[in-house]
Amino acid sequence: MKSLQRILAIVVKELRQLSRDRLTFGMIIGIPAIQLLMFGFAINMDVRHLSAAVADYSNSAASRQIVMDMAQTQVIDINYQVGGVEELEELMRQGKIVVGIYIPPDFERRLQQPERSAMQLLIDGSDTVVQGAVTGITKASRTSPYTDKPPLMEVRTYFNPERRSPVNTVPGLIGVILTMTMTLFTAVAIVRERERGNLELLITTPVKSWELMLAKILPYVFIGLIQVSVVLALGVALFDVPIRGSLFDVYRLCLMFIIANLALGLVASTFAQTQFQAMQMTFFFILPSILLSGFMFPFDGMPKPAQWIAEILPMTHFMRLIRGVVLRGASLPELSGEIVILAGFILAAMTIAVLRFNKRLD
Amino acid sequence: MITDSAQPGLAIQARGLTKDFGNVVAVNNLDLDIPRGRIYGFLGPNGSGKSTCIRMLCGLLTPTAGNIRVLGLEIPKQAEALRRKVGYMTQKFSLFEDLTVSENLSFIANIYTLTRMEQKTRIPAAVERYELGRLLKQRAGTLSGGQKQRLALAAATLHEPELLFLDEPTSAVDPENRRAFWESLFDLIAEGTTILVSTHYMDEAERCHALAILDLGVLVAAGTPDELSDGIEASVLVIEAGEPRKIAHFLETQEFVHSTAQIGNTLRVMVDREVENPTEVASQAIRAAGLELASCEKVHPSLEDVFVASTQARKAARDHAA
Repeated sequence: MKSLQRILAIVVKELRQLSRDRLTFGMIIGIPAIQLLMFGFAINMDVRHLSAAVADYSNSAASRQIVMDMAQTQVIDINYQVGGVEELEELMRQGKIVVGIYIPPDFERRLQQPERSAMQLLIDGSDTVVQGAVTGITKASRTSPYTDKPPLMEVRTYFNPERRSPVNTVPGLIGVILTMTMTLFTAVAIVRERERGNLELLITTPVKSWELMLAKILPYVFIGLIQVSVVLALGVALFDVPIRGSLFDVYRLCLMFIIANLALGLVASTFAQTQFQAMQMTFFFILPSILLSGFMFPFDGMPKPAQWIAEILPMTHFMRLIRGVVLRGASLPELSGEIVILAGFILAAMTIAVLRFNKRLD
Repeated sequence: MITDSAQPGLAIQARGLTKDFGNVVAVNNLDLDIPRGRIYGFLGPNGSGKSTCIRMLCGLLTPTAGNIRVLGLEIPKQAEALRRKVGYMTQKFSLFEDLTVSENLSFIANIYTLTRMEQKTRIPAAVERYELGRLLKQRAGTLSGGQKQRLALAAATLHEPELLFLDEPTSAVDPENRRAFWESLFDLIAEGTTILVSTHYMDEAERCHALAILDLGVLVAAGTPDELSDGIEASVLVIEAGEPRKIAHFLETQEFVHSTAQIGNTLRVMVDREVENPTEVASQAIRAAGLELASCEKVHPSLEDVFVASTQARKAARDHAA
């Protein structure tokens, strides 16, 4: 009963302080919204609008048709018409184009001879993603004007501009946003009190370590759930992300992941002396979470050591869980293995935090 | 070692209290006996170990060595049990600056789990006593130094502690508010509270029932202000002269002079206690040096003299050792 009174007092105090801290309050809604728009629209693995130049020696109906087709895919933008291969190479060296299209004078004749290449694409291979995307164009182009199917259709199917990476990104984004905000908020919330001297006052009162820890993270649990709702709502409204599993399961998983990150923030706060150190520590954790968890790159494609590191991160397990439920419509029992790992992580982090936070100054 | 039959009249007992921070000895082998119902002062310059000492006594820091007994509890072992019985006012304002005065008070009341009834009587009483009525809706961060300190004292006494630790409570407060603050401390004493206060102000130290002078972690003198003045290891002379600066420079070269301090046109000179008839000796020396003086008389030592004498004796001993 007394514990409850003290915990409640701290929760009320936290919420009051939070409501007066406009910047933090704005970040609660702002971070999820901005990140969703950023990742949804900008960070797009579908490569488009690559700058290209054409050297068309054939200047025939077929050659003009094929250049138009390629432009139609939106993968390349034809920005230059030039007179020769040297000019293409020069533009590429200058970084003005990443794709050069060379169409030889005997282009139409070459089209009739399947064993010879009809034309040449010069690709700036320094970015492998670009290389991959452009290589795709050549396959489509070979089939162009002299097949049965209308060539425009052919190209469109292959380079579906609606490849819709947001569908994959949005559920993962919940994990990224929660990792970023939850660890940072708690770590900073405790360290700020240490910096301002509030903690010296608090530890001379009868409040117990676990009460303080619990009361500190409770308000952020609600905030985390609000953020989840913002991302899900915007994801559905803007990117038409399907939620195939149960919404209740989604929230239950998010709750677990929120607590895991809050506990981690508490651990960081017991090491950091200043808010700046707390921030550094959380960033040290956020970066691998984003890069290695499978959010950015497919997990299976990563080298083994990277996978081992990824297995330690709660984000990796959350990523599998949330994609399972949202995209594949999996039920929680089917994902029990990952859930157990996440629960174990919470327990470990919470224990470390309570053990490390002692009510002493030394 | 403090035996279990510790004197009931004592609020705090410490033996051999020591705290090292790495190579720095912040508090060195301190013995304390602080009676109940009194204001006990720690007087010392910055870095003398006052704060470290207070933090050890309320269980915030673990001593490197020594025994502490506070209100009959063994510290730091029983520090949790002590929390309810003591109030602690930190040197730096440590309430929440983004909460209002009344929010801060009700937060503290709930942290000490006061019942609703207790809160209903004690909070308004504290508000009236410490003149916070007009400020209730104001954020603590916007209060003046004196107001902040009144709020901090109100918060520290809300749970009616038996023992109050005040760590340099008046460092950011103007003289008028300091006076009022000390009056309220004596009100608390009248109600039976024991107060341990650290300060580097002489006038505050003089108000204490008893005090300990700390210098670089060592207790150099302890007792009531009168006892300390009587026990000083020097005679204090007040010299009036037309050119006090020249006399001061001359006296500082003399063996029998411990220190000089100029106050307006007079010099306060501390002379070796062994010197008999110090006024004569000093006057003659000054005249022999071809300097003029108007008067020279021996005065009762002030607490500041005690402070200077005891810290200088230590400094001399250190220099000698080096």
